[in-house]
Amino acid sequence: MSPTKHRARAAVTVAGLLVAALAACSPGSDNATPGGATGTPDAVDAALKAGGELTYWSWTPSAKAQVEAFQREFPNVKVNYVNAGTNNDHYTKLQNAVKAGSGAPDVAQVEYQALPQFALTGALVDLGQYGFNDFEKDYTKSTWGSVKVAGGLYGLPQDSGPMALFYNKQVFDQHGIAVPKTWDEYVAAAEKLHAADPTKYITSDTGDAGFTTSMIWQAGGKPFTTDGKSVRIDLQDAGTRKFTAMWSPLVEKKLLSSIKGWSDEWYKALGDGTISTLLAGAWMPGVLESSVPGGAGKWAVAPLPTYDGKPVTAENGGGGQSVLKQSANPALAAGFVRWLNHDNGVKPFLESGGFPATTADLDSAAFKDKASAYFGGQQVNQVLTASAGQVAAGWSYLPYQLYANSIFGDTVGKSYLNSSHLDPGLTDWQKSLADYGSQQGFTVTTS
Amino acid sequence: MTSIPVPVEAPPAPPAPARRVRRRRPERKGWLFVAPFLVVFALVFLAPIAYAVWLSLFREQVFFGGTEFVGLDNYAAVLGDAKFWESFLRVLVFLVVQVPVMLLLALVAALAIDSARLHASGFFRVVIFLPYAVPGVVAALMWGFIYGDNFGLAADLNDLLGRQAVAPLSADWILPSIGNVVTWEFVGYNMLIFYSALKVVPGDLYEAAAIDGAGTMRTILSVKLPAIRGAVVIATIFSIIGSFQLFNEPNILRTLAPNVISTFYTPNMYAYNLSFAGQQYDYSATVAIVMGVITAIIAYVVQLRGSRKGV
Repeated sequence: MSPTKHRARAAVTVAGLLVAALAACSPGSDNATPGGATGTPDAVDAALKAGGELTYWSWTPSAKAQVEAFQREFPNVKVNYVNAGTNNDHYTKLQNAVKAGSGAPDVAQVEYQALPQFALTGALVDLGQYGFNDFEKDYTKSTWGSVKVAGGLYGLPQDSGPMALFYNKQVFDQHGIAVPKTWDEYVAAAEKLHAADPTKYITSDTGDAGFTTSMIWQAGGKPFTTDGKSVRIDLQDAGTRKFTAMWSPLVEKKLLSSIKGWSDEWYKALGDGTISTLLAGAWMPGVLESSVPGGAGKWAVAPLPTYDGKPVTAENGGGGQSVLKQSANPALAAGFVRWLNHDNGVKPFLESGGFPATTADLDSAAFKDKASAYFGGQQVNQVLTASAGQVAAGWSYLPYQLYANSIFGDTVGKSYLNSSHLDPGLTDWQKSLADYGSQQGFTVTTS
Repeated sequence: MTSIPVPVEAPPAPPAPARRVRRRRPERKGWLFVAPFLVVFALVFLAPIAYAVWLSLFREQVFFGGTEFVGLDNYAAVLGDAKFWESFLRVLVFLVVQVPVMLLLALVAALAIDSARLHASGFFRVVIFLPYAVPGVVAALMWGFIYGDNFGLAADLNDLLGRQAVAPLSADWILPSIGNVVTWEFVGYNMLIFYSALKVVPGDLYEAAAIDGAGTMRTILSVKLPAIRGAVVIATIFSIIGSFQLFNEPNILRTLAPNVISTFYTPNMYAYNLSFAGQQYDYSATVAIVMGVITAIIAYVVQLRGSRKGV
């Protein structure tokens, strides 16, 4: 209830907007700068040679080590690394800087789900002009597809998050539960576990847009299709309903823990067996190792259950680095991105426990066969790299996915709150998303 | 949020043009003296308000870069926006219930400390005031941990009783829970206002009351309360403005209960999320202006009523 704080924030925004208005009046913005829209592959090498200064925003755990390694290799380039906040905090700041017309970094981490929003609003540089389209063969199909928006290349993929089933082997063994291969088996396991020990749950889910969209993706749903200007939203298509028909009973029968993901209690519950499985991206082992020391030796990895037994999975999270149009030296910024996600930057990324998007690293024996002590000696990357090749094709996020995620709790959250079927919540979400899209000038069609 | 007084009044029309020149000179010098204030005032108060009003007349589509002048369309939209009215009604209910409770507690505390019958009254004064010194964000975080029903005080209490007795973060409880945090934070602040008003009541009034045979209750009702009426009106107006601007507490508890506290839980949260999540800066400015006007009107009415009774 501190009105001053809120006003101060509003005043900052207003000040920022004033700057934007002034900047819009000044001649020679964006493309007129040398090396801007007229970049070439040679310009990148020349810029790296000439050196300069860059600002880089990221919250990835590997960012610091990567920046240090980069500066050792290119001592004449100074990179100012800034952690501008995690997830939404980062995007809010980035969006404000874009809107203000100044203050944005040269290079920023942008997740796949957020990329279309920044690309379509003209905040990012098309890296195709620097010849980066030639790198297509070096990345997995799904990650490359995620950085291509409306024909442009708006970043290079850094990590990927093909989904897998992480399960607490100790709890499973104790209750005689077999590792589920299909979703029917998974739901049966949920019932059996909770009946045997009412303090234990198969997993926790209080409504998370990232998780729900990934699960719809795996079920073959394509609720969002877009060509930039027109958007089609159908959150009741066959794939979506396949997912809700499977998942809603878990919500209705209260078989899911109500512990909110990423909270302190959640980490605790992962360690003591209260939450016995996680359906998450391949970056999860790093999280477990660093934040759930109590789970060491208990957890194991298996492929994500499927509806019919045929292996298929989806991406969950993951992202890359993009160059902002505001950058005064986009060629140098592009050089940094190329180094980060295509050249020598991948090594420090792997060392920090990252799950790469580059096929050469995914296929290397050293990466695949590494036994993980945390997972009781299991070669977890065998399972995870296999899933990287089984991601369902044809998915796309909304061009305003960040906004969509922000109102997920207002709509689908109500289904979770009332322990009811997810379909009415998803229908509400669709309606809000269609309204917003129309207001923003998209041509929206719904089912 | 009340109307801004015009700092310098227009000079009265001078009778003859011959004198006008002579009379204007000192006025110009006056402008020179107030200029530093006026510049800062215009820059930090008038310009943002004017800019917000200016914004509210447009509709920008951030994805395709189109900005069109829409006149009062945004205002019409806000007045017909169910989400806006839902959030408004919520803070209104909050206001009607929480503000009287808080002010009554503050009044009792102030009277107790002022009664001179309390041992270590200085200690109580500081302790009751202390929560006000805790930043609102920290307070909300702290209460969030207390309210947590998986681990936290609420969970421990439920364990102790063996059933789900309290659920401060559930849909039915959340508004009282927020009210509890706000009351805890601001009782001390309001107590201090009342207490300082009580301190300046002339001692001979008490003497006169005592000579007339008035007991403690009689003194409170007939001497103390009428004497601090002005302070009560001021505290009420501050609390009304504070309630309508409710933001920190629900916004922080939202991270613990995102399904219960929506993005339009209070008008301020609605405006905030419209601009920072939805990039609808124009509509957000309109919501803020409409809410500001409503707050100003209600505060003004309370002020009028309060001072009328006082006369």
